[in-house]
Amino acid sequence: MSNSKYLLDYTLRLADDALILGQRLGEWCGHGPILEHDIALTNTALDHMGRTRSLYQYAAEQFNNMPAEDKTGVFTSIALQNLINTSASLDEDNLAYLRDGWDFKNVLLLEQPNNDWAYTIARSFFYDAFNYFFFAALEKSADESLAAIAEKSLKEATYHLRWSSEWVVRLGDGTEESHTRMQSAVNELWMYTGELFIENETDNALAQQGIGVDLASIKPMWMERITSVFEEANINTPQNSWMQKGGREGRHSEHLGYILTDLQFLQRTYPGMQW
Amino acid sequence: MPAKQQKRTRIVYIIMAQQEITKKSEWPLWEVFIRSKAGLDHKHAGSLHAADAQMAIENARDVYTRRMEGVSIWVVESKNIHASDPSEANSLYDPANDKIYRHPTFYNLPDEVKYM
Repeated sequence: MSNSKYLLDYTLRLADDALILGQRLGEWCGHGPILEHDIALTNTALDHMGRTRSLYQYAAEQFNNMPAEDKTGVFTSIALQNLINTSASLDEDNLAYLRDGWDFKNVLLLEQPNNDWAYTIARSFFYDAFNYFFFAALEKSADESLAAIAEKSLKEATYHLRWSSEWVVRLGDGTEESHTRMQSAVNELWMYTGELFIENETDNALAQQGIGVDLASIKPMWMERITSVFEEANINTPQNSWMQKGGREGRHSEHLGYILTDLQFLQRTYPGMQW
Repeated sequence: MPAKQQKRTRIVYIIMAQQEITKKSEWPLWEVFIRSKAGLDHKHAGSLHAADAQMAIENARDVYTRRMEGVSIWVVESKNIHASDPSEANSLYDPANDKIYRHPTFYNLPDEVKYM
């Protein structure tokens, strides 16, 4: 892979993570357990959506500036291929609405369904803790655009982590029912956390250049934060070490298809529709 | 039904409805005060439900400051606010109506005093 492809891959995966979690949290809109938390979650969803936009804009800019020979094979989705063949330049919306599931690079954790409040909190907590350390490191990236996005995102991630950590403690250390739900959500989602730290070719290439984050260096900090919150919440940290993976390479669970159906329906059926 | 009794019945219904709501949500009500960037004092912004003070501050952040309204938040549980009785308004406030001499409008200020 060429260097420009590594950077595009990296930018897209961060954007996809943000889009898919933003969409998932947005599903709570109008269904929150209490009005105040309905608003809190949609605020958070919009933080993720804001980051999605910045990253897709940056990804589109990178793609448009690539030499023509590099552009082939980057995306496999037919709808996007057709657009590229007309030599139109891509924008943020094309990347969100015209890629098929196998072009999405988000981690599997984030496409897992909301199920119940505890499940939603556990998923956010694992990811918020990752984001917090990840963006603190990416802030120092040699790539100015990524560093600027990281700086803004770190402030948001700091609040997200505080919010989801408190909910883990509230539910874990709450009633018998809330504890049981929190513990089983943690147990079921645990196998999706390993993927956050898998380093592939893209990670290695960009970490060497000081652009990407050295994931191995933030893993112990993430683990320490997770276990200390779990201790306070009377939640057992799962010990199983077998981990799911595939999202970064475009191999997803069935859930992603349903998310994309919701998300992309309008633009696929009425291309270019605005309102 | 005489008007007075009708009014009383309605009030009873309102109180019952409020108690029903409180019972259902179980989280106490909090009053929220926000200080804006330019403001010196915290102003009453509204109320919300929360399980404790920390959650109340966070809920207030999400409900009342998401459009950049504030830089500081106070919350106080609504039950801790004691209010004057509206039915005593006559005796509490009317006596001040005819005491215009309590306004400092009867003094001649020296010209040197600029800001009064």
